[in-house]
Amino acid sequence: MTSQASMTARSAPDAPMAGSRRDGIVRPPAGGAEAAWLDRVTLARGGRIVLRDVSFALETGEFVGMLGPNGAGKTTLMRAMLGLVPAAQGELRVLGARPVRGNPAIGYMPQSRAAAGGARLSGREFVSGVVRGHRWGLPMLNRDGRREVDWALDMVGGRDLADRPLLDLSGGERQRLLLAQALIGRPRLLLLDEPLMSLDVHHQRSVVDLVRAVQRELRMTVLFSAHELNPLLGQLDRVLYLGGGHAAIGTVAEVITGPVLSRLYGSPIDVVHVRGRVFVMSGNNDAERDAYRQDGHRQDGHFHDGQAHGRHGDA
Amino acid sequence: MAGTAMLEYDFMRHAFAAATIVAVLSGLVGYFLVLRGQAFAGHALAHVGFTGAAGAVLLGVAPLWGLVAATVVAGAGIGALGGALAQRDVAIGMALSLSLGVGLLFLHYYTAFATQATALLFGNVLSVDLPTIWALLALAVPSLAALAVTSRPLLFASLQPELAEARGVSLRRQDVLFLVIVALATAECVQIVGVLLVFVLMVGPAAAAQRLTTRVPAGLAVSAGLALLEAWLGIALCYWTDWPASFCISALSMAAYVLAGVPSALPGRPTGLTAARRNVM
Repeated sequence: MTSQASMTARSAPDAPMAGSRRDGIVRPPAGGAEAAWLDRVTLARGGRIVLRDVSFALETGEFVGMLGPNGAGKTTLMRAMLGLVPAAQGELRVLGARPVRGNPAIGYMPQSRAAAGGARLSGREFVSGVVRGHRWGLPMLNRDGRREVDWALDMVGGRDLADRPLLDLSGGERQRLLLAQALIGRPRLLLLDEPLMSLDVHHQRSVVDLVRAVQRELRMTVLFSAHELNPLLGQLDRVLYLGGGHAAIGTVAEVITGPVLSRLYGSPIDVVHVRGRVFVMSGNNDAERDAYRQDGHRQDGHFHDGQAHGRHGDA
Repeated sequence: MAGTAMLEYDFMRHAFAAATIVAVLSGLVGYFLVLRGQAFAGHALAHVGFTGAAGAVLLGVAPLWGLVAATVVAGAGIGALGGALAQRDVAIGMALSLSLGVGLLFLHYYTAFATQATALLFGNVLSVDLPTIWALLALAVPSLAALAVTSRPLLFASLQPELAEARGVSLRRQDVLFLVIVALATAECVQIVGVLLVFVLMVGPAAAAQRLTTRVPAGLAVSAGLALLEAWLGIALCYWTDWPASFCISALSMAAYVLAGVPSALPGRPTGLTAARRNVM
């Protein structure tokens, strides 16, 4: 636990709760250099407040993992950055400007749903549909458009998926195509919503490695939401933890600690390190077994920290 | 020769002309309908159209205009309600049954009841007159133009709705616009194959096309081509055999759909299961 755990940590070393009022407000520096910058932002979804008075900044070119239980506001935060959800309060800047819908500098990979339309279409058509997809006209691409699709497919190593129908692709292969879609338009900020959902451990790791490689090559800022920290370990620059309406940001060593997470949830949390992996335990409960029961399956002994906290921080 | 002899009759020439217009429109619109998983909307709009058509008959107006009015209003309504209709299959089914019932009541007060009811429910392509052909053309041209203009954002919104929304596509507007186009195509289809067989031209050729090609432009071409072929052959079969044209078209539509599934069922081609087993990343 160090004092750099968040923007607010300088004034309240033991309480790195980014932007929370009770910690005393320290505004993040209001520059144009940050990829995203939030000042006391409150976000609501369906009339319920999911994030309250949150302040933090994403530095340009960093890979930030966003963790937190279901309903913590991970998707809502991304939708706010995309200009799809207005901030109830506070100020939000993305790439130096207020969020506007249709900003081509922001790439977005929504949570994939099993039964998307066009499952019989080829991988290439799936990616091509995004190129200038918001403009009126016929769905035919010119040479520049086709080159853009080739580029995006090459970035994710997906040339071999181009001619196969989506129906025939594995979950990991589909994630590569979804990433290629998000890269269309050459964004500077990439928002990836739960790309590891329903992948096994091996595929989770290769998706994280792929995103990291693409992020470094294109010098993008990446916000990557996940249920579980372990697949991201080693590739993250910083971690943004949402819970109980609050946010904490910092390196893994700074944020994923008992005191920080306990404060975030308002209940005792223990963090256990086992052979290079991190497990988040809630209080005295056998959180692993609890998570197993709620989740129905475990992956390689990894523990879904999100599920374990569901009953504490359902906001 | 049999092929040219049938064209000596006005009603046959009219039938082919009407079928051509309707098949091209429904083949192209149907492709997007199937792609979006909204095939049921075509079915629902046809049911609602029956009430409109029967009401028009009762008022002494051409049934086509009653069809158009009812389907367009219903299409815009379904598009505007959007997600509110999801998971409401019982309520929707009841509303559709009621619309058929109300149509029946309208026809009850009409003297040539049986003929008219059969024509609306099962179509009567051999009775299409010249003014109807012009009306079909006048509705099909703007529908196709609208579909052409909206097809790219429509495809984007169908493939990846959340991303399309983030990139500035209005999903609600796309949905309403598309369902109005579907409504017009449905109204036209009813003229050829009737309320109950709209799937035959709207969904059958499009579903077969999606089994045959993984590319959008090719899929659109195959869908429209199959719809044309099925409609023409169906009318010709009707001429040669004296079976109802709608039956012939529906049989051909089913045959094309089944045959289109054969290549992927043959051994050697990777299926979803083998691809999943392959476990590549």
